[in-house]
Amino acid sequence: MLGPPLAWMLIFYLAALAVLFVSAFWSIDAFTGKLTHAWTLTNFDTILHSSTYHQIAFRTIWMAVAVTLTDALIAFPFAYYMARVAPPRMRTILFVLVLLPLWSSYLARIYAWRLILNQDGALNWSLAKVGLPEQSWAFTNTAMWIVFSYIWLPFMILPVYAALERIPDSFIEASRDLGGRNWTTFRRVIVPLALPGLAAGSIFTFSLTLGDYITPTLVGNVDFIGNVIYRNVLGLTNNLPFAAAYATVPLIVMAVYLTLAKRLGAFEAL
Amino acid sequence: MRRMHRRHVFVAALAAALCVPASGVSSAAGPTMITKAGKNEGALNLIAWEGYTYKQWVTPFTKATGCKVRSKFGASSDEMVTLMRTGQYDAVSASGDASLRLILGKDVRAIDPKVIPDFKNFIPALKAPSHNTVKGVHYGISLQWGPNTLMYNTKKVKPKPTTWGVLYSSKYKGKITVPDNPIQIADAALYLAKTKPALGIKDPYELNDAQFKASVDLLKKQRPLVKKYWASAGDEIDLFKSGGAVVGASWPYQTNTLKTAKAPVSDLIPKEGATGWADTWMISSKAKHPNCAVSWIKWVSTPKVQAQQAIYFGETPANTKACAIMDKLSKGSCAQYHGNASAKYFNSIKFWKTPQKDCGNGQSNCMDYTKWQQAWTDIKS
Amino acid sequence: MEARATRVSLGVWTLLVVLFLWLPLVLICVYAFNSSNIQSWPIAGFSTKWFHAAWHNEEARSALVLSLKAGAIATVIALVLGTAAATAVSRFRFFGRDAVTFLLVLPIALPGVVTGIALNSFFNNNPVHGLSPSLWTIVIGHATFCIVVVYNNVVARLRRTQTSLTEASMDLGADGWQTFRFVTFPVISTALVAGALLAFALSFDEVIVTTFTAGAQNTLPIWILGNLRLGQQLPQVNVVVFFVIVMTVLPVTVAQRLTRDTGILRRR
Repeated sequence: MLGPPLAWMLIFYLAALAVLFVSAFWSIDAFTGKLTHAWTLTNFDTILHSSTYHQIAFRTIWMAVAVTLTDALIAFPFAYYMARVAPPRMRTILFVLVLLPLWSSYLARIYAWRLILNQDGALNWSLAKVGLPEQSWAFTNTAMWIVFSYIWLPFMILPVYAALERIPDSFIEASRDLGGRNWTTFRRVIVPLALPGLAAGSIFTFSLTLGDYITPTLVGNVDFIGNVIYRNVLGLTNNLPFAAAYATVPLIVMAVYLTLAKRLGAFEAL
Repeated sequence: MRRMHRRHVFVAALAAALCVPASGVSSAAGPTMITKAGKNEGALNLIAWEGYTYKQWVTPFTKATGCKVRSKFGASSDEMVTLMRTGQYDAVSASGDASLRLILGKDVRAIDPKVIPDFKNFIPALKAPSHNTVKGVHYGISLQWGPNTLMYNTKKVKPKPTTWGVLYSSKYKGKITVPDNPIQIADAALYLAKTKPALGIKDPYELNDAQFKASVDLLKKQRPLVKKYWASAGDEIDLFKSGGAVVGASWPYQTNTLKTAKAPVSDLIPKEGATGWADTWMISSKAKHPNCAVSWIKWVSTPKVQAQQAIYFGETPANTKACAIMDKLSKGSCAQYHGNASAKYFNSIKFWKTPQKDCGNGQSNCMDYTKWQQAWTDIKS
Repeated sequence: MEARATRVSLGVWTLLVVLFLWLPLVLICVYAFNSSNIQSWPIAGFSTKWFHAAWHNEEARSALVLSLKAGAIATVIALVLGTAAATAVSRFRFFGRDAVTFLLVLPIALPGVVTGIALNSFFNNNPVHGLSPSLWTIVIGHATFCIVVVYNNVVARLRRTQTSLTEASMDLGADGWQTFRFVTFPVISTALVAGALLAFALSFDEVIVTTFTAGAQNTLPIWILGNLRLGQQLPQVNVVVFFVIVMTVLPVTVAQRLTRDTGILRRR
């Protein structure tokens, strides 16, 4: 039973990843653009010693962290309301309201934000109506932070909701009976039990931010890891080895992240 | 299981090592020259610049030939070259900086211009230009040409700018937009050629170490002034429409689109001159639909389509017969887009070409395009 | 249970989050009726002309058809492989379960651009497997990251199902297939529906991996991306997205009702 799915993943995915990783140790001939199969560490050397590539990597990771934290903060109270306060009918409605954006085009939603944040966009129009000064976040890192947080929010809400809903009422009652105040119950019972859900959601928000190159192109004005990889794959030099080498940065970051997330029980809560 | 898992990884790595990836460059045995067009295949996959495959002339083409057109917009000449090398596309509207690379990489097929009836009406300069004709062999048919312009918001930018310097001065800080493209270094070099003659820049695509460094430094200084490096025509249209940018380097396509939408914009060629493009339709050596590709080139070379595209995009047709139709479609448009311009005007534009080590003056200490790309990543970061 | 003040503030927060989630979608729908082809706020005027244009847009249609096809096939593959993996894992309870989960979750946990170029170099530069971009390369990419969605749903359902059921079936003389067909399948069927819907949604909207596997073909998201570049037919994009939103209200609602224990990956 396990054979076919494992074979599929092995042939199409792990093999592809392995090819990628191996090619990171090759290079291309600058003159002909042809792949040279000699083993070399040039690509890693460039990445390790170029301040530009450091800057891009740190910027991307930093953004992924910021987006993950933001989404966790936005999602938790929402999921809590959905799971433990809202009546069943309301819960269904909220569920559909969270799921539907996932179905509508990711590109169109990013683009909609561009229209909102524009100088003459809907946001400044609204700010002017209520007499607030206008913002100029369009094409800044702030814009990217807002849009990333927006785009990946449902991916955080759903696992957190699932984790919160699973907490038996009796646990909370027990905590209260034992004299736990609301805050104590929250801190000592609810948060620890919701943690696997938060960790599961953060896998999505973190990795999706790490690998996106379209959002930075559409609403930002600086390169992310994804942009560098994309350009090296589709640029003149078609420098796949370098792209592969740079792709090991998010690969390593995610390996570390997944290991941590697994400790927190994220895999059970996915 | 852990051991088993590891074994899987090992097997995968082995499989990877066995299937040694081939390079992206096409095989050495080039296909033959196209000397006649056969039966249309019913489909055509194109790589084009934005605005080159507009339904106004694509729909009637499909109706007349039965070739269903699928087009992909290339973000840059680099991307076009790479996409062509995948062998998935039949033809490309390559600019001068892409066309030679494609010819040298044997990615495109030679074509006998006699196959294209309208070829005889082309302006002399575009019959056998060096960017698509090598040793007398044609590797494509010229299409249109034009300058990269300076676009500005007529309400916000006063007085009307006359120099590219407006893009490097802090007067419009945070309201400037320029293309996200390494070839932009040539625009800086062109400006320096006039403003710092001591550097001795003759050709903005042939830069030695000092000239290159000066151009890159100028662009690094420009970095904080730039609102957005536009990656597509759509970006710049949005920026000007929304007021996010008031002045920027542009294609006439954006100006035309914005004017149609009644946005207060205009464009011009500053006194330092301009870089520009001369585009060529080239047929892939791996084309699956070569006959449809030939039919397409015939179609876009006709005076009517040449005129339509010239007006729609805002560029100059290669076909001299297009001028009269342009004026019929939109009065004065032929002169507006230099349809009747002299050879002197043509020569004043510094057409895109690929920077190479060979400086063209016997020296080979110029920066090649790989350096340009690296520098561009540094400039933007 | 919670204090009134807490409940009210949670409610307000929920409302704000819903607004945040939906404002851009509402805007997309409003812009679908914009009379100008360039989008600024407020819209230039009201018009339904783009509905007409989008309906007759051949490229949009064929892109939609391709996306539907790829989504459907990828979903079927994901259903088969995901169910197989899930039943194996839960029936045999062997100790490599975590490793299987890890392997299956990898394609969505790793950045899309990594998956994209991995598949791209694998398809393009691999003379042994030599797959040129086609519907199938798109499907392979999509199915790979959709398997986990089905897997998780089914595993969750099976975990809650008593093993005594299947044991009873086996004791009564049913073979493996009969047990699956008459005992396991009815139990997991709604989980499959939910898994299928989510898998389809993932596939239908995917652009980052698809860019690297689609070659010259346009899926709907790639068509949309092309139009963002062009900057002239954006209202048509909005019409298409509007259409997709409207069309998906029903299946999403149904999925929610069918599967009270499944979420993005699962709810319980």
